[in-house]
Amino acid sequence: MDRKTVLYDTHVSLGARMVPFGGFIMPVQYTDILKEHMAVRTAVGLFDVSHMGEVTLKGPDALKNLNEILTNDYTNMKDGRCRYSPMCNAGGGVVDDLIVYKIADNDYFIVVNAANRTKDFEWIRDHLTGDVEFKDIGDSVAQIAVQGPKSALLLEKLTAAENLPPKYYTFYKDIDVGGVKCIISQTGYTGEYGFELYCPSEDAVKLWDELMDAGKEFGVLPCGLGARDTLRMEAAMPLYGHEMDDTISPLETGLDFAVKMNKESFIGKDALAAKGEPTITRVGLKVTGKGLVREKTELFAADGLTAGRTTSGTFLPYLKGAYAMALVDKKYAAVGTVFDALTRGRHISVEVVPLPFYKADKSHIEK
Amino acid sequence: MNTPKELKYSKTHEWLKEEADGTVTVGITDYAQDKLGSLVFINLPSEGDEVTEDESFCDVESVKADSDVMSPVSGTVEEVNSELEAEPEKLNEDPYGSWIAKIKPSAPAEGLMDADEYEEFCSKEDE
Repeated sequence: MDRKTVLYDTHVSLGARMVPFGGFIMPVQYTDILKEHMAVRTAVGLFDVSHMGEVTLKGPDALKNLNEILTNDYTNMKDGRCRYSPMCNAGGGVVDDLIVYKIADNDYFIVVNAANRTKDFEWIRDHLTGDVEFKDIGDSVAQIAVQGPKSALLLEKLTAAENLPPKYYTFYKDIDVGGVKCIISQTGYTGEYGFELYCPSEDAVKLWDELMDAGKEFGVLPCGLGARDTLRMEAAMPLYGHEMDDTISPLETGLDFAVKMNKESFIGKDALAAKGEPTITRVGLKVTGKGLVREKTELFAADGLTAGRTTSGTFLPYLKGAYAMALVDKKYAAVGTVFDALTRGRHISVEVVPLPFYKADKSHIEK
Repeated sequence: MNTPKELKYSKTHEWLKEEADGTVTVGITDYAQDKLGSLVFINLPSEGDEVTEDESFCDVESVKADSDVMSPVSGTVEEVNSELEAEPEKLNEDPYGSWIAKIKPSAPAEGLMDADEYEEFCSKEDE
């Protein structure tokens, strides 16, 4: 049985098309994926991402556990910072990827993927050692993402400008936004300037309505998971279950920046070390032939051999073209390499292009 | 939902217009374009293709999905609307003005609905 977020009725009244995703019934689009995508690239969009999971880890051994269970290094992290990490299994595959918020020493707030909520909770719980308190608070927390170059203009209608965290991957807590107390971080999954707000579930409808009202003059649109997916893909952000999974290592999918092999130990380190330099890598592909290339499409190199498979693929609305990401043998990873993608019985030409496909120009942020 | 009275409709949401010269013009309905969402690619048939009633003769793609367009009639493709290749979004904007192909039928189409029947059919699909 799929669960509803507290904003379910709001989505339905806005005319959203609702679909099952990650154990929840979520809006895939309200009006049009292309329009919603462009609202985030040029103005501002709102996303209900309350299906994401939240857990807290507190206590004297919290840091030690983060460093053992996650691949990134949480030593020397300042309060009010966010840090991304893959979480590996013993074989070096990925259990999930997540973001850790450091509230204070011995006090962390962690955001995980919706579809992995239960798996992650059990995985972390089963690997904890020492003096820590670990809680799943996902049901009492709602999350709304405000994304786009006009995000700050919108939020400044509801809170003081100094309440907006000024740097990427920083956050403030106990911030009043339109009468609702929030954690507000400068984070997101769109490749665009923006913020994510966490509030008590019971306040989510009020917060959403305040944000929608405040955003009218800036052209705010409610955005569904459809646009969330095209936006993250345009920005080449990996998605669990696509660019990584239990069998794909974070090094193979290009997340080296968040895997600290110089740490004394972490779950999966030995396996990653034993595997050595990855033989596959993640690349961007532009479709040069006719049609779209979706995920799990086999790619053939000019020598006739299989080079790899796509992990995500669709039409990217800002770039106005068909693109894909793929995991391919490293010898085929050079920009300009051409593959034949076999899709629906048709051969479609694709070419390796640099990632990300899209990078926001900071000068377009309006403040 | 817009359902012009002069057209005939298939259960797979294509429309068909019988022309005076004996050919038929076909496209996808307003209901279909709404369900599919913004279309970003069309793979048109070629002139001269033999098509079969209720079999795919074209496909369209949105951001989220690929969908076959079924031929509402058996026959030969006489002409295709190649403008759609560059502007597949016209299928969303004007589904009845954006014809996909003109087909010379080899046999009369069977089992098509008139506008009233089609509207009722769609309302049942939504239940």
